[in-house]
Amino acid sequence: MDREVTLPAPEQVAILGAVQTRYEAGKPHQTYNELVHEVVDQLLAETGVALREIQSIVSASQDFFDGRTISGMAINEVAGGYLNSESKIAGDGIQALLYGAARILAGAYDLTLVVAHCKESEGQFHQITSTMFDPYVERPLGLDEHIAAALQARRFLSVAGAAEADLAAVSRKNHRHAMKNPLARRSGDFSIEHILASAEIVSPLRDLLAGPITDGACAILLGSPERARAPRRPVSWIAGMGSSTDAYWTDRELAASAALAQAAERAFAAAGIRKPLDDLHVVELSARYAHEELLYLDALGFGNGAAAKARLAAGDFDLGGKLPVNPSGGALTGNPTCVAGLARVAEIHLQLTAAAGQRQVKDARTGLAHGTSGICGQSQTVVILRGDAPQRP
Amino acid sequence: MPHKVGIVATGQTKHTAKRTDINLRELITEAVTRALDDAGLRMSDIDAVMLGNMEPFEGFMLPELWSVEGWGGLGKPAMKFNTGGTVGTSTAIAAYYFAASGIYDTILAVGFEKQSEGHTQTAITTVGDPLWERTMMAGAIGNFAVMASTYVHESGVTEEHAAKIAVKSRRNACNNEYAHLQMPNLTVEEVLASPYLAYPVRRLDFCPQSDGACALVLATEAKAKKLAPQPAWIKAVATAHEQQYMGDSPRRLADMRSQRAASQRVYKACGISDPVRDLDVAEIYEVATYAELAMYENLGFCAPGQSGKLIDHGVTTMSGQLPVNPSGGVLATNCIGATAMIRVAEAALQIMGKAGKRQVPGAKLALATGYGGNAWTDALILGRE
Repeated sequence: MDREVTLPAPEQVAILGAVQTRYEAGKPHQTYNELVHEVVDQLLAETGVALREIQSIVSASQDFFDGRTISGMAINEVAGGYLNSESKIAGDGIQALLYGAARILAGAYDLTLVVAHCKESEGQFHQITSTMFDPYVERPLGLDEHIAAALQARRFLSVAGAAEADLAAVSRKNHRHAMKNPLARRSGDFSIEHILASAEIVSPLRDLLAGPITDGACAILLGSPERARAPRRPVSWIAGMGSSTDAYWTDRELAASAALAQAAERAFAAAGIRKPLDDLHVVELSARYAHEELLYLDALGFGNGAAAKARLAAGDFDLGGKLPVNPSGGALTGNPTCVAGLARVAEIHLQLTAAAGQRQVKDARTGLAHGTSGICGQSQTVVILRGDAPQRP
Repeated sequence: MPHKVGIVATGQTKHTAKRTDINLRELITEAVTRALDDAGLRMSDIDAVMLGNMEPFEGFMLPELWSVEGWGGLGKPAMKFNTGGTVGTSTAIAAYYFAASGIYDTILAVGFEKQSEGHTQTAITTVGDPLWERTMMAGAIGNFAVMASTYVHESGVTEEHAAKIAVKSRRNACNNEYAHLQMPNLTVEEVLASPYLAYPVRRLDFCPQSDGACALVLATEAKAKKLAPQPAWIKAVATAHEQQYMGDSPRRLADMRSQRAASQRVYKACGISDPVRDLDVAEIYEVATYAELAMYENLGFCAPGQSGKLIDHGVTTMSGQLPVNPSGGVLATNCIGATAMIRVAEAALQIMGKAGKRQVPGAKLALATGYGGNAWTDALILGRE
């Protein structure tokens, strides 16, 4: 790392509320701006903020999935953008959260709405994700996100000495967690055998080892300390943020994530976290593919492949375990592109404000949310949140 | 309180219709290297990178990640913006907020577009709502023709007024080594003899499609003072959006509500009551000659219907009271992901006194704008203090 990049003063930006749609295989009855309207409307109702108070919006969406140039344009009016300041990130929504936090920290706005949307069902996943690849050499090969992830999974299994059954164990845990999440796209008490018998996408990826095509949106309202002081409901605080960028996928070791290790180091430093396994109470990882969860746990310092595997087998990462990972079910159970990372933040916020319902982690006070974008996780972001409200019984 | 933030360095490519000698990654490198050299910095001095590009134009999703080595991004925090014509200013404004927040001290902002490797007008046609507006869209030209017709009807500007803007731009561009269209001998007659693209917009009334990249280095106060003898301090930023449907923004070139709102906000923040008197130079995002005329009134440079007089009297030429687009502006160069950032870079060069042959002597206060999407506006004021 070239230098320490830390938040100037932790806990100066509050999350006042977080709302997600239900995640579904398709939402043919709603356009994408209607999805955004749904979450913004509910968020304003829950936080008691009027739309006219919103003067700053940061959105995240992907033109290729929306089939529309400047995909942020259509959500402007439902997000309060008319004659106001909306900016759009083409990447994961967790980066929109970072920018929203910067706007608050700069003293420019006391509220910033952060919103991400995607309707994967309305595009062709192969065609769309193929456009991420090098146009001169790789694209003619017919690569897409699944194929690159499968190559990464194969490399990870080989380097970490893991078996496909270990990937299935991740899937089993997450789909069981998702049974307690009413918003989840896919859930179930699947056996290892059942998971390994699910339809093959690209070897070694199978249907239940990869996040399915999903539609959904997520909105989060950020506020200054003044805004958080008289809340109608508990808030959480951004205690640390870190992000980093890796080399293009063909120029690096795919079985590791240097960028995530850097992002985490920066976020931990900012939040004063020295022993992540002890200091964190809940983790939400953007791992669309089962192998990514093990790989990312490794990069976060929760043990190399073998140790992470052993912890997984011991139930440490289960809801009720030592450090629950993806109590929501996570992206493997279905969160769309651009939304997944912001949804992780929303889930951690729910955990820290004791609003996570059946998937609540008991006494969660510090949590980690993670987002990623690009081929095989090239761009990585980590956000540490802390709760300040007394936990409800 | 926000940290004070200054632009300390800029870098641009030589903008042109087709850069067949280099690929997208190398195009980015050219601008980034020039900006770093200008600041006397290396990538290890940069805390974070903000990128801007309109990826549908080249049919390349997340091209900045493929190009990561081109902007020295390994190990760097980075994010990519795509907001249409405003993307260059959206990216610069994001870099400003990240520095002003104190999260990062030294930020590289990069805008880039290689239009020759895509089909921009096809992509722009998808800006419209797929059910209600897309069938009527015809890229940017049709859109601006509709707007220009309205403006001509309501303001009484003539084709000659528009042609004078075209001539001003392409002649100013001759003083800018990076500009795409440089036409030292262009005359009003030649503009009026160029064919209509869509009435009333003629070929020489419209911007070109360019390949190009632009980079800025922004730094917080203490760093900025060390890195540049005269940083271009960012004094105010603002963004204002129109609604998404054309029918909801009637008379939009004549009215430009977003442009009025954004410019009034930055003027108010800087105590500017008469922009022609108080500003020394403006670099504005004018896609067509008629848009520049309409922007004169929407930016408060003249009373409604008086924009033709402004160009007749030479107020916005290099020797006028408020030179507009000494660089040649968008009418001379339009590499979309970079274009609005070039406005900021050119305004910064003016403030830093580094604009060479296009320098407005003693420029102390400059306006830069971005314009795009469904008629929305970014505005920044840069100054010496």
